Amino acid sequence: MVLCLTGVCLVCAAILGGIYALTFEPIRKANENILKASIGAVLPEGVEISEPQTHEWEGVSYEYYPAVKDGNEVAYAVKSTTVGFGGPLSLMVGVLKDGTVFNTSVLACTETPGLGAKCQESGSHFRTQFQGFGPDKKLKVTKDGGDVDAITASTITSRAYALAVSNAVAVVKYLGGEDVSVDSATGASSPVVIKEGE
Amino acid sequence: MGKKLSLILDGFVKNNPTFVLVLGMCPTLATTTSALNGLEMGLATLFVLVLSNIAISLLAPIVPDKVHIPVYIVVIATFVTVLQLIMQAYTPGAYTTLGLFIPLIVVNCIVLGRAEAFANKNGVLDSALDGIGVGLGFTLSLTVIGIVREILGSGSVFGWKFIPGDGILAFVMAPGAFLVLGYLMVLFNKYLKK
Repeated sequence: MVLCLTGVCLVCAAILGGIYALTFEPIRKANENILKASIGAVLPEGVEISEPQTHEWEGVSYEYYPAVKDGNEVAYAVKSTTVGFGGPLSLMVGVLKDGTVFNTSVLACTETPGLGAKCQESGSHFRTQFQGFGPDKKLKVTKDGGDVDAITASTITSRAYALAVSNAVAVVKYLGGEDVSVDSATGASSPVVIKEGE
Repeated sequence: MGKKLSLILDGFVKNNPTFVLVLGMCPTLATTTSALNGLEMGLATLFVLVLSNIAISLLAPIVPDKVHIPVYIVVIATFVTVLQLIMQAYTPGAYTTLGLFIPLIVVNCIVLGRAEAFANKNGVLDSALDGIGVGLGFTLSLTVIGIVREILGSGSVFGWKFIPGDGILAFVMAPGAFLVLGYLMVLFNKYLKK
């Protein structure tokens, strides 16, 4: 009895070990590709993406990838995470040096399918409105007095999305030499931010 | 040959896991928000079901009765973890969407149910065919529920939108899952299960 259970467990452990070793490289590559694709999607074409760096803003560390063209940093892809309706909402936000949003993409999302999860549909109005979102406009949903149209029946997700973009813009502004406080940055009054792994 | 074929077909109608046996309701209700999600969940379960049926039909004669449940769980959990690793490596998109429901296949009643009710009493080939039949039956049921919910809730099928605007939101959420499942169960039992 004990022998049988031990035997089965040993065989299963061996199989799992083998599969883990076999899939370790492909998994790492797949994750890398997702990250690369998301960075590429949010930055202008023809730029070179340099090594990731981190910047601390309002007590949270942001990972960002500078985009270099002709030796100058022209834009940044910032990884920005906020809390949505169903858990952390993690975005990659491409921001030009002047604070204009170039594009956004979703890295991790656990929002309600069919409602908040619509923020993952890249062709939707909610997503395209962020392309070319200038620094003169307010990164808040219209309900809160901003210029972002929320997803129908998903205000919390939309708020979290806008806030993530807003934080990313603030980080880029800081990199550009502007020392921004929470309020003057983009009008985000209460940043709900979480750290990686919490 | 006819008997082998009926083993597979039984999984669709007589032993349909969703509409007749009413097993595995948790993933059924949770993952059928769209046709594609339902299909992916069904295929993931099919993979585990076929492999665990084969392994358990081989192990059944040598496993003492007292420890058969732990052994089955270990076997099923192993295949689920294998599936999880493979999905992470080769279909990261599907893995992100289904997320938690992949590891939950370990405790899916269909897998353990077929192990207990069929695989430990039958040969390898029959068990494999039973796994394929029930797995495909589950896949088909989830896909049908997913299609109905996607049409009513989002106005699209497999992501192809043909009704503009927002759908009936309730069908994307939990209440719609129960409604669609209930009505499909009625139709299924009235017309197909004789």
